[in-house]
Amino acid sequence: MSSSARITRATLAKDIRLEWRSKDAINSMLFFALLVVVIFSFSFDPIAEESRHIAGGLIWVAFLFAAVVALNQTWARELRNSVLDAYRVSPAPPNALFVAKALGNFIFVCVLEALMAPLFTVFYNLRPLGPAWQLIPVAILGTWALVVNGTFFAAISIHTRSREVMLPLLLFPITIPALLAMVQATNAILTGQDSAKFWIVLLLTYDVVFTIACLLLFETVLYAE
Amino acid sequence: MKKAFPILAVLTVPLLGYAFYQAMFVAPADQMQGEVYRIIYYHVPSAWTAFIFFFINFVASIVYLIRRNPKADAVAVAAAEVGVVFCTVVLVTGPLWARPVWGIWWTWDIRLTSTLVLWLIYVSYLILRRFSQGDQMPVLASALAVFGALDMPLVYFSIWFFRTQHPQPVIGGGGSIDPRMLHVWLLNWAAFLCYGLLIFWACYRLENLKRELEETQSLESMLEAPRFR
Repeated sequence: MSSSARITRATLAKDIRLEWRSKDAINSMLFFALLVVVIFSFSFDPIAEESRHIAGGLIWVAFLFAAVVALNQTWARELRNSVLDAYRVSPAPPNALFVAKALGNFIFVCVLEALMAPLFTVFYNLRPLGPAWQLIPVAILGTWALVVNGTFFAAISIHTRSREVMLPLLLFPITIPALLAMVQATNAILTGQDSAKFWIVLLLTYDVVFTIACLLLFETVLYAE
Repeated sequence: MKKAFPILAVLTVPLLGYAFYQAMFVAPADQMQGEVYRIIYYHVPSAWTAFIFFFINFVASIVYLIRRNPKADAVAVAAAEVGVVFCTVVLVTGPLWARPVWGIWWTWDIRLTSTLVLWLIYVSYLILRRFSQGDQMPVLASALAVFGALDMPLVYFSIWFFRTQHPQPVIGGGGSIDPRMLHVWLLNWAAFLCYGLLIFWACYRLENLKRELEETQSLESMLEAPRFR
């Protein structure tokens, strides 16, 4: 195994172990997403047949907001005891660290989605009329789109004042096309009226473009002093 | 280079005045819309000027990431500031025209929505610059500018597909444009571009002066520190 892969694995294992013991991120994300579900239910009739048309938007907005909670903790944890500075002076490749952090966030948000999906189904009476299996690629590509840029922008926002506020301000405008694709794909599958193919391809393009951009620029951002 | 500003200013002011006269009094009224269409002489030139400045910002950000030249960063920030101002003009004049012609202030049509997203991205760029400081700020801002530029084609295609599925009110009528209108329109664009460049030049000079001042001040405070006496 190359040194880069070993560093990725070690960092990822450390983050998962930390999360497993404290459950900070997952608990706050779960509760936050639950609150969003409940609060949204007051703005329209959640049982009505029309709720199918807005469910996609609701699910992904809830996940986006909840993901920010986990993303904000990504690097903030490393600032204590100057772990990030230690990383900067070590010869370890920066992209190994980035991939580990992005994968960690990906796993946390996927766990959140797996736990929240049944709840959404129950609360909003959802039953997909289209090909339901397509929800899986949409969820995987969509989650990666959120976390890859989220991890990168979290690394930018730790350099700023009021960093917790900064992350959504940077992340949301850039995420708009990905969010539109996730929402439209989910709606297309739930209503069964349109094909979700275009949106899945768009998500894939978004993921590829921004994964490459993050890997190319992360070193610059990490060493920015 | 210092003389560029007064020379450009002397050129810009009469050009703006002449273009205004042409747009308001010389260009013929529109067959369908009457006089209200004249806002197009401000709306469209502002949009094109804004896009040009956002493109300058993108190029300058890349140059900064490669060369780490502070001048490139000053160009990037000046271009983003001027671009956001022109983009705001576009977003304000659009609804002013749309209300009497379409009967609605705003529609989530492709051009409107993608211009709004563009505006949001560059406002977040300026916010990032405001909220971070020191030598790391230009690096972070340049990275964000590259992300914003990469995002724009995706924004455009996603909204284009989204909106072609759900038809919206059609913009204007087809029909050809009167050559006199085209002439006045290009004249206005030239005037606005000159005006944009003028402000851009001022912002760029200001940014450089600010940096020089900061350097001098930090140097002076170092020299005044007690251990040097």
